[in-house]
Amino acid sequence: MKRLLLIAVAAASLAGPAGAVNPDEQMADPAMEARAHKLSRDLRCVVCQNQSIDDSDAALARDLRIILRERIAAGDTDEQAVAFLVARYGSFVQLQPPMRFDTLALWFGPLAVLLAGGIGAAIYIRGRAPARSATLSAEEEAEVAELLNSDKAG
Amino acid sequence: MRRLLFLAPVVVFVAVLIGFFAGLGRDPTLLPSTMIDKPVPAFSLPPVRPEAQGFATTDLGGEPALVNFYASWCAACRIEHPFLMRLRSQGVTLHGVDWKDEREAGFKWLADRGDPYVRVGHDGSGRTGIDMGVSAVPETFVVDKRGRVRYRHVGAITAEVWEQKLGPMMEKLRAEL
Amino acid sequence: MSAEVGQFALILALLLALVQAVAPLWGAHRGDGVLMAVGRQAALLQAVFVSVAFGCLAYAFVTCDFSVSLVAQHSNTAQPAPYRFAATWGSHEGSMLLWVLILALCGGVLGAFGGTLRETLQARVLGVQGMIAASFHGFLLFTSNPFLRLDPAPLEGMELNPLLQDPGLVMHPPVLYAGYVGFSVAFCFAVAALIEGRVDAAWARWVRPWVLAAWIPLTLGITLGSAWAYYELGWGGWWFWDPVENASLMPWLLGTALLHSALVLERRGALVSWTILLCILTFSLSLVGTFLVRSGILTSVHAFAVDPKRGVYVLGIIALTTGLSLALYGWRAPAIRSGALFQPVSREGGITLNNLFLTALCATVFLGTFSPVFIEMLNKDKISVGPPYYARTFAPLAIPLLALVVFGPLLNWKRDDWRAVMKRARVPAAMAAAAIVLGLAFNGLKGVVTAAGLGLAAWLIVGSALILVRRWWAGRAYLARSIRTTPRSIVGLTLAHAGLGLLTLGITGVTAWESDKVLSMREGDTVAFAGRTLTLTAFETVQGPNYQAREARFTVKGQGAPYVLSSQKRFYPTAQSQTTEAGIKVTPLGNLYVSVGEESPTGVVVRLWNHPLIVWIWIGGFLMGAGGAVSLSDRRLRLGAATKVVPVSAQPAPAE
Repeated sequence: MKRLLLIAVAAASLAGPAGAVNPDEQMADPAMEARAHKLSRDLRCVVCQNQSIDDSDAALARDLRIILRERIAAGDTDEQAVAFLVARYGSFVQLQPPMRFDTLALWFGPLAVLLAGGIGAAIYIRGRAPARSATLSAEEEAEVAELLNSDKAG
Repeated sequence: MRRLLFLAPVVVFVAVLIGFFAGLGRDPTLLPSTMIDKPVPAFSLPPVRPEAQGFATTDLGGEPALVNFYASWCAACRIEHPFLMRLRSQGVTLHGVDWKDEREAGFKWLADRGDPYVRVGHDGSGRTGIDMGVSAVPETFVVDKRGRVRYRHVGAITAEVWEQKLGPMMEKLRAEL
Repeated sequence: MSAEVGQFALILALLLALVQAVAPLWGAHRGDGVLMAVGRQAALLQAVFVSVAFGCLAYAFVTCDFSVSLVAQHSNTAQPAPYRFAATWGSHEGSMLLWVLILALCGGVLGAFGGTLRETLQARVLGVQGMIAASFHGFLLFTSNPFLRLDPAPLEGMELNPLLQDPGLVMHPPVLYAGYVGFSVAFCFAVAALIEGRVDAAWARWVRPWVLAAWIPLTLGITLGSAWAYYELGWGGWWFWDPVENASLMPWLLGTALLHSALVLERRGALVSWTILLCILTFSLSLVGTFLVRSGILTSVHAFAVDPKRGVYVLGIIALTTGLSLALYGWRAPAIRSGALFQPVSREGGITLNNLFLTALCATVFLGTFSPVFIEMLNKDKISVGPPYYARTFAPLAIPLLALVVFGPLLNWKRDDWRAVMKRARVPAAMAAAAIVLGLAFNGLKGVVTAAGLGLAAWLIVGSALILVRRWWAGRAYLARSIRTTPRSIVGLTLAHAGLGLLTLGITGVTAWESDKVLSMREGDTVAFAGRTLTLTAFETVQGPNYQAREARFTVKGQGAPYVLSSQKRFYPTAQSQTTEAGIKVTPLGNLYVSVGEESPTGVVVRLWNHPLIVWIWIGGFLMGAGGAVSLSDRRLRLGAATKVVPVSAQPAPAE
């Protein structure tokens, strides 16, 4: 029975999340509304599975949307408005993870893999390259290349 | 050297696997509180009980207290409530905040089920709760003698939670200067 | 009755899998032909019994046998028949049975058609396959039995999650699973090769079609899933970087790398141990993809009901499968050598670069998906990794890879001259430059990224199409014949790479020019949006087979003939849940997307989106899958086409 309940809860939390901003929440100033809209897409709804507060129907997401707009109306910069929410719910609310010591691997891991792999690939390719016996001139090579090109297969 | 390179994948895999196993028991929906060791943010809430006092930051401090967020629409609060009554009878200082709720409904809740709280404030807009990082009810904060949040418990307080975590915590805070 | 038959068939399948796991490996070790033959028979019989079990469950679903607990939980009599059938795999247990079914069918095919392989290789492949099958039969029977009975049986069942009651989603899991499970065959071949200690041409010719056969459904499955999320979740997103999406993207990225490296191995006998590693990792990521969401480690929109016991079992399977195979790799792979030489500038060199970027992309997705788990364990803090992270890490890696795609097919095997290659790339480069200039002219300097995206799309589409055009132009005197004789693999690669171009076009378009509007409307109200006017002509209650809906109908004018668009908010009483059905007008230039929200005294909330070019994302994805299918139909790739057994190290470089 507990499992049924879980499924039901999961289904209910999935149901009808339809780009959730309501007309009455929107700011009168289109520039400010655009800023709020953009910011709220990168803020996570803390009670949902994996949605931004912009997409979520949850009541708390609605509150946070409104608070975000209040901060912007009060003259906060984008950073200040976001910091206001981070102070309350932690870096979990930011869909962009913070740059910190413990997130270095997250942020620079891709680059590290590319570099390490690049070095590995370079060593491998060097090892594969035949000792170059320079018997063909540049023109001859081009000619051969043309010939090869004319009957290449996938 | 070359051989070691071929062993690298299995080494990395074992490390990842240990991480996965360690991550198994954990509840992925639990969010750590940002309030720990910080003073309770300033608030002054109107009363839930007619003709009673409200609940404000100034009511905290002096002696350790629990601040319990509840709502009449909350299912888990129903499970928690009898235990809160027991804590009250044991003399634990317990304050309540009726979160994102109609005041009348919050009052009816207390009238029907009993009132475990010293002070109860009504937070209809939910802003006080949001200021403390509340995401769902019930949530309970442990506040020390100097009015700082020391611990947050998410979900219903049960006898087990009390005996293992909150009770000893309150005991310790009472001993603090 | 059918449930007991199914249960019994599953138990028999488990026993057969155990036989298949032991007999052929022992037979290959001892050189015992009889034992090896036992392995083949076990694989065939196992396929039969799992099919019977699946048939029994499907029968119970279609006939509404609510005495089967799974049926009672996921189906009811009001549910339309196709969804009653689809509900067979709409739950954790049912989808696991589907997974095992596909696995068993793969084993059956290996057993039936593997005759052209060296007997010991076939036996070892089947043995490894049997081990995997046995562990999953065990998982199914001991933690997720689909055939449990309810006593007394309820008169009416619950319901399949309404979100899953959709034609796109009926197809999504089987297609995706065919991809995930398909990679298990390449895995088995890799482990068998490590046991044998050698890789030969026959090995490569068998692995590549299997990789392709898994890659095609995985590509289609991801595309289907994206399209489904777009029209069903109701807010017009097409990719959310959700853990489950990432879980399918990771094996896709590595599988794509494998597809290319297997080509080098097949044609040139190079990248041998790397290809083996990719075989292992791709399937491992498929396992991670199918199961980690069930373990409760990650929260996801897609997660099935979570049970920690299952999580432990699944992690155990992953630990054994991946751990043992990687340990075997570390032990045996250094001894496997390949002899073929090539210059840095060559098709081989290009594909090495392709593999490098795809691996880095996969690592990015892996880090993004799992580092929240690790960071939380290290310092108790919780972080989220969402779209902004991938925009800063995934995109910068994907863009150079996309730029390199066009060069690949232009490169000659073994050696080439980069100046000559540049010359061959002149036409697509010119088209890309034109697209960039055009993009800048329309968007100004603000639109640099957009212009670059458009340039990249033009580069990919023109550069790929040119492969065929050049070929046909060279043989224009006999055009019909030269079209007919074009190897299918070349047509396939053209389609797949051009599909990537269309995908790029779609992503660029929707990212750059998407617009939205939210407002409250009453019947008769008209709103201007994205060059059109929408009038809410009707808002009323309609009755569906197993739901009630509030339906809003709009008449849309402007940009061609007027048309009617309707969006529903559905309520499924049995499941007690709501879904939003968006109204979508699909056109090549862009989609108009309408969804209804809450009702209030001031009217109903209407959300409008304009998604320029978005449909090309899915057309591109399907084209990639189609390209794979065309390539798979190439005669060279047909299973068993190769009967010669030549060890790679002894194989002379093929003359070109």
